[in-house]
Amino acid sequence: MRTLDWNSEMRLPTFVRAHIQYILIPFALGLFLLLWETIIIVNRFPAFILPTPREVAHSFGANWQSGIFPRHLAITLFEIGLGFSIAFTFATSVGYLLAKSPLLEKIVSPYLIATQAIPIVAIAPLIIIWINTGSVQNALIAALITFFPMLVNTIIGVRSVREEYRALMRSYAANRWQVFAKLEVPAALPIFLGGVRVGITLAVIGVIVVELMWADRGLGFLINFAQGHLDTPLLFATVAALSAMAIGLYLTVVFIEKIILRWRRSVQ
Amino acid sequence: MDHHSLIEIEAVSKHYGPARDGVLALRDVSLRIRAGEFLSIIGPSGCGKSTLLKMIGDLLAPSAGRIVVNGKTPEAARRARECGIVFQTPTLMEWRSVAQNIELPLEIVGAPRAERQQRANALLDLIRLREFAARFPGELSAGMQMQVSIARALAFRPAILLMDEPFGALDEITRERLGRELLDLWTKTRVTIVFITHSVPEAVRLSDRVAVMSPRPGRIERVLAIDLPRPRSAATRDLPRYWELLREVRAALGLNEPK
Ligand SMILES: Nc1ncnc2c1ncn2[C@@H]1O[C@H](COP(=O)(O)OP(=O)(O)O)[C@@H](O)[C@H]1O
Ligand SMILES: [Mg+2]
Repeated sequence: MRTLDWNSEMRLPTFVRAHIQYILIPFALGLFLLLWETIIIVNRFPAFILPTPREVAHSFGANWQSGIFPRHLAITLFEIGLGFSIAFTFATSVGYLLAKSPLLEKIVSPYLIATQAIPIVAIAPLIIIWINTGSVQNALIAALITFFPMLVNTIIGVRSVREEYRALMRSYAANRWQVFAKLEVPAALPIFLGGVRVGITLAVIGVIVVELMWADRGLGFLINFAQGHLDTPLLFATVAALSAMAIGLYLTVVFIEKIILRWRRSVQ
Repeated sequence: MDHHSLIEIEAVSKHYGPARDGVLALRDVSLRIRAGEFLSIIGPSGCGKSTLLKMIGDLLAPSAGRIVVNGKTPEAARRARECGIVFQTPTLMEWRSVAQNIELPLEIVGAPRAERQQRANALLDLIRLREFAARFPGELSAGMQMQVSIARALAFRPAILLMDEPFGALDEITRERLGRELLDLWTKTRVTIVFITHSVPEAVRLSDRVAVMSPRPGRIERVLAIDLPRPRSAATRDLPRYWELLREVRAALGLNEPK
């Protein structure tokens, strides 16, 4: 005879409980799409005001097959990748130098802060005049807003190393490279990687804004194009593709971050 | 050999900050530390104990005077890795396992992996924490972390162990246990220990000699020989001489109530 266990009666199977998010997330998404479709049917909105999810999906499918989406997506991804790489290289190298030299930081930081205080739309035209090479110029403008959180977190990360740890390395007569590789880098990593997460989202924003305002290619341009032609389903499809790309990039960074932090623990 | 002085501190002063209005932390301090001895330095907070220790370890330079460590300048002694240092906090690297933390100093000198592992295991046996080799510092108690920190300081087989209030942040029970463990380790390795503490009983329990410092600017007020028999145990506290020495150290610190 089974004894009556109220808890076990109420409990879902273990497998379902362990993977509940994989059931609830699509469920919530489905509910959202259903609600969206219902609102349009009830209110009879025309497609150029608010398209139904099915119209958006259709527009996406058609533009993907015709090669329009893949082409613009590739351009945008390339610009994000380039802009992020430029920002990353600058932020880590300059950030490390500034972290090591408070004097240099005092001298240079007003200019670095100024680049953040001036709106990107005010600096961008100047860069476009100077560079004027399509993708490279867009990547540079994006890099301008992307580098800052990574720079700041590099500085904070390196400065977070307590003086006693440095004294310890000194007592071992460790050289500069050893202090860098065995103390500063692993100690600064968690804070630094926090900056990288913010950086990748800003790189997406930067590239899209530039493409929206000035470019003739990329997802940002496609949004602009769709708006000009009152092709609201295409507009929605582009924004959806953009969101999916941004989420994908963010999750990629989080994934790489996990690998790096695991590596930090295993390899010395 | 017993009375050969391993560390000589001669008329050392230390001034922090600008020449005109900085802090004079130490004034005219002289002290000779013998090879193999356990010497405690005790004194009120801010009297310059840490400053003195850092100058021996060449983490700071004296403003005046001379320090000789094992026949060398402090800098040469540091380059020869004569001193192991233990701070008040364990200062372990949280991303390294216990064994990897102990191996770090040996990695810096480029010792081969097999030798590092052998040495780390021997040290882990010494502190009786072998089964924690693969754990990370966050998984250890504060007392165990301090033991690992001490083991790491011994990795080079230094002639001198400089300890800056190593048990100051621990509870009384752990503190006593680690004190006993430290004496055991000192007997086995014959390392010279310079031990800073706030605790009078701890200084008397552990040391061969206790150097008592005055408030800032710090000077060595008195050096008391602790002539209690070794090995020391809980029974040491039953000796009348133990209580006499406690009283003497307290008197030198100006702690006894006026009669
Ligand atoms: N880096 C520093 N700059 C200025 N003053 C310091 C510095 N380090 C210590 N001092 C001062 O020197 C005195 C001695 O400090 P310290 O050696 O840490 O004392 P203790 O270890 O005995 O508590 C204190 O008054 C402290 O304020
Ligand atoms: Mg101190």
